[in-house]
Amino acid sequence: MNRVRMVGVLACVALAGYAATIIVRDPTLHPSIVGMLIWFAGALLLHDLVLFPLYTAADRVIGLLPATRVPLVNHVRVPLLGAALTLLVYLPGIVRQGEPVVLGASGLDQGPYLVRWLWLVLAMTGVSALVWVVRVTRRSAADG
Amino acid sequence: MVTERLGRARAALASVAMRIRWRSPIRGPWLTSVFGLVLLCALPVVIVTGLLDWVAYGPGAIPADVGALHLPRLDWPTRPAWLFRLTQGLHVGLGIVLVPVVLAKLWSVIPKLFARPDRNLLKLAERATLVLLVGGILFEIVTGLLNIQYDYVFGFSFYAAHYAGAWVFIAGFVLHVALKLPTMVRSLRSRSLRTELRTPPARTRPEPPDEGGLVAPEPDPPTTSRRGALALVGGGAVLLAGLTVGQTLDGPLRATALLLPRGRTAPGDFPVNRTFVASGISPDAVGTGWRLDLGAVRLTRDELAALPQHTADLPIACVEGWSTQQTWSGVRLRDLAALAGVADPTGATVRSVEEGPFARAALTAGQVLDPDSLLALRVNGSDLTRDHGYPARVIVPALPGVHCTKWVAAIGFSR
Repeated sequence: MNRVRMVGVLACVALAGYAATIIVRDPTLHPSIVGMLIWFAGALLLHDLVLFPLYTAADRVIGLLPATRVPLVNHVRVPLLGAALTLLVYLPGIVRQGEPVVLGASGLDQGPYLVRWLWLVLAMTGVSALVWVVRVTRRSAADG
Repeated sequence: MVTERLGRARAALASVAMRIRWRSPIRGPWLTSVFGLVLLCALPVVIVTGLLDWVAYGPGAIPADVGALHLPRLDWPTRPAWLFRLTQGLHVGLGIVLVPVVLAKLWSVIPKLFARPDRNLLKLAERATLVLLVGGILFEIVTGLLNIQYDYVFGFSFYAAHYAGAWVFIAGFVLHVALKLPTMVRSLRSRSLRTELRTPPARTRPEPPDEGGLVAPEPDPPTTSRRGALALVGGGAVLLAGLTVGQTLDGPLRATALLLPRGRTAPGDFPVNRTFVASGISPDAVGTGWRLDLGAVRLTRDELAALPQHTADLPIACVEGWSTQQTWSGVRLRDLAALAGVADPTGATVRSVEEGPFARAALTAGQVLDPDSLLALRVNGSDLTRDHGYPARVIVPALPGVHCTKWVAAIGFSR
């Protein structure tokens, strides 16, 4: 069994190494190798050592919210996660990065995205708050 | 000296690991396996559609030399006409939708990152391959997301990096599935999904302690149920789907892609992937002096317009995942081949007035001979605008948008 697993690990490393030769075999890509490695390792480290601690810390802060009859935690968590996720995925438009290329490709600028994202965050926050109020009201009514 | 340093590093890691108290009461092999199952089903679709994109590009694909790491080369078909619209739309769309699932999966196994390194060499080696798996998927997500938003901040060839990165990820992914599949199946069977979907936070209990150390020994009281966690991740996926699908739709729904470059179009227009200004073509080059060079003959635009015209509803679909269907009119490529004296062409090379990496495209015999393959002069009943390729552009069913050459200068049909 261990032998099979060892073969699996070696095959995996061999395939990844062979994949790297796609870059190595093309001399025009050689100046990019360091950059690619930095982005590969950077993506990993940024997730594990920046993003994860950051969202964990944020969640701990949310845990400090005052206790209410209908807990606030998830009503803060959900819009916050929605905001973070959309910011992460659609970041270039929101922070207007790469605008000359976007303009050349599409003929359109990146002007509206930040405001649209803020409206989206506001909408998610509003809906979440509204649901909380409804839940509080229903709980109060049920308690008489 | 080295062993001493290694020992110190290990001790430091172990002390960090000991100081972390994992708090989530829902983290455990069952939850991890649910995320794992979703990714196991969906990621192969993203992988295959991505590799198909390379095949669809044909001989001009970038990177050119990929050794044996490609799907079987085939003449990309012209039918169904929406084929590339579907494969590339799926690749980009599903890739985006899976972002929250990937992040949730990583959250669910993060205690393992800080776990004490094993003394068993094989286990250490298996753990090291997770760099390929996790680094690979994150690299693919980051480069892919930046590319579809035209943000080339990384400064290297997207195509080469994304393609090689994909195979690095595939290597890690296949090994991970092979090693973990039994654990996933066992964990999924340990709890009933139906019961979990009925369990509120108040009745949520941690999973029993597991070998892998995912279950927290001293968890906090639950603030959400497993049902809640699944709904949160699923909700994130649905949110991204809702904000992305618009870039493949026509009509008012396109605007629902609120935050993507392809959610916007100039009024009454449809998207382009290169404006006339950005092409750097001088207006004179596509003015009255323009001729289409077919080798044996050279035609003015009026002469082209006097030839039999054909109209077809065809999509333009781009590598960035966006697509749009329009009504194109022009001369059939096979009629032009006959005019050039090549009755039975084995392919064609199309050259643009523009210069640059995408100013030349090779077409297969099937792509030349399809009855809907056109050198289009008009779209939606009007002459092409300069942004859409005036005086004439190629449009071929199921051909990647980048090969539907605009501002065509010459077509060489091969015998």
